[in-house]
Amino acid sequence: MALAKDYASVMGRKSEVMKAALGMDYDEFESGSIAFDYEKMMRSTGFTLEEIERVQSLTGVGNTPLFELRNLTALARKCAKPGFGATICAKDECANPSGSFKARRAACAVAFAKKNGYKGVIAATSGNYGAAVASQAAMQGLKCIIVQEAFDSREVGQPEIIEKARACEALGAEVVQITVGPELFYEAISLLEDTKYFNASLYSPFGIAGIETLGYEIAVQCRERFGKDPDMVVCTNAGGGMATGTARGLRKAGANDTKVVGASIDLSGLHMASDSQFNKKSCTTGHTGFGVPFATWPDRSDVPRSAARPLRYLDRYVTVTQGEVMCVTELMATLEGLERGPAGNTALASAFCLAQELPEDQILVISETEYTGAGKHVQPQLDFARENGIEVRFGNPDEEVPGVNVILPNSAKDFKIKELDLDHMKDSLIKKALTTYTLDPTDADVVFLAEETALTVDEVKAKIEKIKKAL
Amino acid sequence: MVKKGEWVRIKKILLPVGQRAPQDPEDTKATPLVMWTKGFLQAEAEIGDVVEVITAVGRTEKGELTQVNPYYTHSYGKFVPELVEIDRRYREFLFGGEK
Ligand SMILES: Cc1ncc(COP(=O)(O)O)c(C=O)c1O
Repeated sequence: MALAKDYASVMGRKSEVMKAALGMDYDEFESGSIAFDYEKMMRSTGFTLEEIERVQSLTGVGNTPLFELRNLTALARKCAKPGFGATICAKDECANPSGSFKARRAACAVAFAKKNGYKGVIAATSGNYGAAVASQAAMQGLKCIIVQEAFDSREVGQPEIIEKARACEALGAEVVQITVGPELFYEAISLLEDTKYFNASLYSPFGIAGIETLGYEIAVQCRERFGKDPDMVVCTNAGGGMATGTARGLRKAGANDTKVVGASIDLSGLHMASDSQFNKKSCTTGHTGFGVPFATWPDRSDVPRSAARPLRYLDRYVTVTQGEVMCVTELMATLEGLERGPAGNTALASAFCLAQELPEDQILVISETEYTGAGKHVQPQLDFARENGIEVRFGNPDEEVPGVNVILPNSAKDFKIKELDLDHMKDSLIKKALTTYTLDPTDADVVFLAEETALTVDEVKAKIEKIKKAL
Repeated sequence: MVKKGEWVRIKKILLPVGQRAPQDPEDTKATPLVMWTKGFLQAEAEIGDVVEVITAVGRTEKGELTQVNPYYTHSYGKFVPELVEIDRRYREFLFGGEK
């Protein structure tokens, strides 16, 4: 008998479909209350860091070069007060087989799927992860379906997303494209149910463990080149995997003093699920539309418990504008001789400002670059913005209003970051945990929340009291 | 007439208006959830017919035939003059002596 495919019926079968499609029972990690055993879940991949390195190197993933961005460093020093302006380096993740760090995530997920006898893999993503899963599936001999949120109701799509569809098809995948809406996961679940393929979720332990090698390599390369650990690593943040995995890798390398900073493009005011606003943004990832909700409540993803939990690791979280990211991407090409995609450069625009806060002898690393190509490039993205009624002009980044204009900084001195209030985000996470599970957390819950927010048990207790009073 | 075996693109309404996810914003709710995929056409048909295709992974999918031999037209975009102006300004600031 055919299964009912209306929204409520499919979502109602979600947990049984997921159990089969993830090859892992998340109930094992649950305490029955707020707490769950995060580290046990991370160990459930059965891969150590060394094994992940081996799995990745089998398909040419990882061990990417670390570039010193000399001209951007010089430019930052020209804007900074005397003696300031850390050396800016970029981990050239563009050198991975599918053109981004997402290959690291996909390599482990696809290897697990293969080992466990799945015939194919499915991922719901409009971004670099699609090409990464398609590439790994081709290398490891599995079938692949990528589900993309691609178009508004006029069938108009961001050139960046269209390019991703092309790349996935070129790599042998079937690309299922849908119109905007959170039903992306509904369609992915429906396809998982029909095909019995593996859910290569971005948020599974494989998806995160695969990034730990990136943080580890950054530490090792900085020690080789500069004789010390990086002082700061800046990660473009969306779903939180990049920041989580990189920070975990840095710690596994013993780089415990390195500050980890998340960076997103400020898209406040734009609704991510809105048909009419879908094409008003000029970037498709690394923005606050994903970054903030996923940081404050990671378990909104397509797995029961997300392995991407950035508030555990972030020392700071800053935002930049679309115009700053577009401008710094142009500078990366014209001043550094590295033509790379805009999405990976959210961290670079932030790093350009952060470097100016640090003394000249410090080392700042952006954790990635990504490939560029037709559609996925400053010019088509700005041209698309203009075609969609967005004003593109020079000015002061403060004047940028997401969905209305894209402001290219008048000069290097106009670049600035905004600090997001991490403490406030931690309050949100704790409040959401209390209202979702229980207002009377156990001792284990309090310890868990302290880990979730990188606070002390006493700080968490104080926050809980305050939140309960306000409820 | 499109011949059997051609590579085509199809379109299908997954959730009509009225059946979309409750959490959708109003403007999105006013539109159906539409899906597109590609595959080999299983029987001769006209554009606009409801047809069956076999996709790249071997799945059978049904939908309205919208395109034969579909191809991509995304590009490097039209000229954006601000980009050459960025090059000029920032190079001058960095290399062109004191401002
Ligand atoms: C190039 C690039 N950088 C950074 C990110 C953000 O990673 P995450 O979603 O793990 O935060 C993404 C994906 O969204 C990406 O494609």
